[in-house]
Amino acid sequence: MLLEYVGLSQINGSLVILDGVKNASYDEMVVLRLDDGSQRIGRIVMIEGEKCVIQVFEGTTGFSLSNTRTTLTGHPMQVDLSPELLGRTLDGLGRPIDGLGAIYPECRRDVNGAPINPVSRVYPRNYICTGISAIDALTTLIRGQKLPIFSGSGMRHNELAVQIVKQANVSDGEDFAIVFAAMGVKNDVADYFKSSFEAANVMDRVVMLLNLAGDPIVERIITPKAALTIAEYLAFDLGKNILVILTDMTSYCEALREFSSSKGEIPGRKGYPGYLYSDLASLYERAGIVKGKKGSVTQIPILTMPNDDITHPIPDLTGYITEGQIVLDRNLDATGVYPPISVLPSLSRLMKDGIGKGYTREDHNPLANQLFATYARVQDAKALASVIGEEELSPSDKRVMEFGRAFEEKFVGQGNTSRTIEETLDLGWELLSMLPKEELDRVDQVLLDHYYKPKTDPKQRELGVRRAFHNDAE
Amino acid sequence: MAENRIYSINGPVVTVRGKTGFSMMEMVYVGKARLVGEVIRLSEDAATIQVYEETGGLAPGEPVYSTGGALAVTLGPGILRNIYDGIQRPLPALEELSGAFIGRGCSAPALDETARWDVTVLAKPGDRLTPGRIYATCPETPAIEHRCMVPPNVSGTVTWVAENGSYTVNDTVVKLTDDRGNERVLTLCQKWPIRIPRPVSRRMPAQRPLITGMRVVDTMFPIAKGGAAAIPGGFGTGKTMTQHQLAKWCDADIIIYVGCGERGNEMTQALTEFSELIDPKTGRPLTDRTVLIANTSNMPVAAREASIYTGITLAEYYRDMGYHAAMMADSTSRWAEALREISGRLEEMPADEGYPAYLPSRLAQFYERAGYAQALCGQEGSVTVIGAVSPQGSDFSEPVTQNTKRFTRCFWALDKALAYARHYPAINWNTSYSEYLGDLSPWYYDNVGPDFMQCRERIAGLLLQETSLMEIVKLIGSDVLPDDQKLIIEIARVIRVGFLQQNFFHDQDTYVSLEKQLKMMRVILHLYEKSQVLVAKQVPMSRVLRTGLFDKLVKMKYDIPNDHLELFDDYTAEIDQKIGELMRP
Repeated sequence: MLLEYVGLSQINGSLVILDGVKNASYDEMVVLRLDDGSQRIGRIVMIEGEKCVIQVFEGTTGFSLSNTRTTLTGHPMQVDLSPELLGRTLDGLGRPIDGLGAIYPECRRDVNGAPINPVSRVYPRNYICTGISAIDALTTLIRGQKLPIFSGSGMRHNELAVQIVKQANVSDGEDFAIVFAAMGVKNDVADYFKSSFEAANVMDRVVMLLNLAGDPIVERIITPKAALTIAEYLAFDLGKNILVILTDMTSYCEALREFSSSKGEIPGRKGYPGYLYSDLASLYERAGIVKGKKGSVTQIPILTMPNDDITHPIPDLTGYITEGQIVLDRNLDATGVYPPISVLPSLSRLMKDGIGKGYTREDHNPLANQLFATYARVQDAKALASVIGEEELSPSDKRVMEFGRAFEEKFVGQGNTSRTIEETLDLGWELLSMLPKEELDRVDQVLLDHYYKPKTDPKQRELGVRRAFHNDAE
Repeated sequence: MAENRIYSINGPVVTVRGKTGFSMMEMVYVGKARLVGEVIRLSEDAATIQVYEETGGLAPGEPVYSTGGALAVTLGPGILRNIYDGIQRPLPALEELSGAFIGRGCSAPALDETARWDVTVLAKPGDRLTPGRIYATCPETPAIEHRCMVPPNVSGTVTWVAENGSYTVNDTVVKLTDDRGNERVLTLCQKWPIRIPRPVSRRMPAQRPLITGMRVVDTMFPIAKGGAAAIPGGFGTGKTMTQHQLAKWCDADIIIYVGCGERGNEMTQALTEFSELIDPKTGRPLTDRTVLIANTSNMPVAAREASIYTGITLAEYYRDMGYHAAMMADSTSRWAEALREISGRLEEMPADEGYPAYLPSRLAQFYERAGYAQALCGQEGSVTVIGAVSPQGSDFSEPVTQNTKRFTRCFWALDKALAYARHYPAINWNTSYSEYLGDLSPWYYDNVGPDFMQCRERIAGLLLQETSLMEIVKLIGSDVLPDDQKLIIEIARVIRVGFLQQNFFHDQDTYVSLEKQLKMMRVILHLYEKSQVLVAKQVPMSRVLRTGLFDKLVKMKYDIPNDHLELFDDYTAEIDQKIGELMRP
């Protein structure tokens, strides 16, 4: 028998309190019916005796203390799952909004998931090719990894997200699909995503979840969980390699803060709840590969750093959980470099085990190290040049500066094109060949002999001779 | 007694109304699913319980069962090679029970109760057994002998012993009559509450280094066996890499690796790497001396709080057998955050940055459990603690880093700038320190070389000079420096790149003996001295550099294999010869 509770005892923002409830369980879903026939759903977030605190999705507008009838569903928040999800557009709770009719679920699952037993995990080893040189060569995305993109308001991370969705692929031709969850995005951005995917004809391998900026925040808190539940189903039940793109995590965290403060919880840093780390971890840690299952879940969460501050709690805690980060840079963006990936603070922790012979190419790791090391020198030279002027730099520093410019323009700033991993690595060698062999200290002789091909530029040679002369004169 | 029933639920915190009869820190089972919990607050009419598992689905009115004892770990053979969660549930057993995803209310005995151990009983009827006495041994792994000790609260006279043979952990091997005349039985295992330090006979000064094979640690900032060290660093600076490296190569007998609120994939990596690597001392896989405690960041937060104590209790247990145990905690900040989260749920008054006011005392209690001691059995053992700290926003002034600094004597500060330049291990030589240098000097003098500490001083001095010179270089470039200062910059580069930087993936460079470390320092300093003479004679630095000696020294860590240290003499000879050539006009 279904019990209906009439009325509420208190309403506070999206939280309502219901008294006299029997048999409620923690984290259970409830349905609230209004007198006008409309229906909203909610979740029990706290129980004290017979008193339940319920968080209402879709907001409490129109609620009064007497016009609601509440029923308990007896189970936690669930999402409908079916192979037909591919190609569909859903709302933040996983319900279709594309007008193509309901989804006939094969099964329903709890959106909270369960933690993967560390013993059952498989260490991620193979890579996903994004077609973007700066990512593929220097911060390679590995299947089962979580690699966030740290951006800022106004930078072209949406374009980058679309480009990744369009180009990303696994090299060995296994099943590949994308779950795209947009949280708190503006209406026109959502349209941009939709139309770009349709234009690129990739919609049939994408599941899209849209929670717009104007949608209730409580729904936003569920959106990534619903997306990941769908991803886990596609990956571990249907054996696909799934890439989950979550944008924008900053909106998610802000929603969580709003929710936490309305519950009257003690705030931690910058007003975010003390459990922000655990909460983010419960999302990010759902990436991975499981023993005995074919598929994998890879995540690219995108977040906009408030005020471009990488030490802000959101990027900071994210960086502690994820396996590396891709950082976008406003200066590069301003100079028209796209994608504006700042190479030095970017890192992929799992990269070393998923590249090289058998995966990409044997020279990948040393090449990446050398590019990092040389580009780090570019920064030193730039700093020096800004003090004493570029004219006064030593010839070696001048060469490094030249390399830096070419690297940013050609290698990083590839524009909206796709490169194969070979093209990317070859381009890397082409750029390194601008420098004398002796300055490449991170690659061994064998690789140098094979890949190092200096251009016979007479001007360069002359510079070298002059340098030797200059040194002798000292 | 009335049955105890759940009254309210808020995240991992559950309260029970009425006179409960619970005691503080008692372990309880919560709800029909029998989730593990611990009593953390008692009042006349209510008990507050923190639950170590997901509380979703619990309902008020469900029963709470008392166990009568504090949250404890089971100590006995079978701990090594295992992998546990924060409250000592074996993860491989949980995998069998609930598959790849951890279900709720799963429980499995901490030690395999069916495994049989080849036991040698040492006690004889009539023996008087005192706490800590070893009454039986068995080979736990081919590398480690497990010694069963009389629990610290038991003593008496042996009345019966079992034959040598194969037994399970719960079989009785010794019976004794205690001082009050009661009969007690000893099996292969015992229980110990995780929040109480195990007693020792006396604490001793820490005077032997924990040798790690990592040059920047062993030479620059050494840690003693029984010491405590902190590794703070922002994300991406290599905390976990450094911890893994220490766990693989340090010369402790037992490694307890606690992944506290960290990444699942990292634990998998540790698991696979440790089973593939062979311990050079025993010729067996490293897992034979290792216990992993994996409470990843998405596992319940209360168990994360307990995982640190579980880890250190296991370490103390092996110390009591006379082993040198080392515990790596990655990361203690997650543990502090778990404290903060639970404290917030209890609505306690927050102190700095929302952390509870008792954070410093909890940190102190934890780090004070490290130490070098004479165990109750009479043998010497130690517990070394190396805690990673993940400061928010890489800001070392935050409460966890600052308070950790007060209770550890070794501080290996990881630096973002070094990590960006891919200089690993990114331990910053200007901000790190070790207070053990003085205590360990005599050991280095006797066992490595009388000049070890002098060499170290001079290397440290050169690095310090470089730092101040770099201030100038950053402003005006290195071309304008006089040659003697250019020499310092060049030799410091050799020290930084050739000595401090270490490639963990290179088979020769991943572990470097103290002897090789000393020889490397000697060669570098030899080159410096010789070049100094040249520069004093007005030979331009550019000519000195063109000898190629500096670059050669940078690569010597790879070029000289660990078993051919005599090659260092060739380097010295080459330096003498090439510099000698330059001496001649």
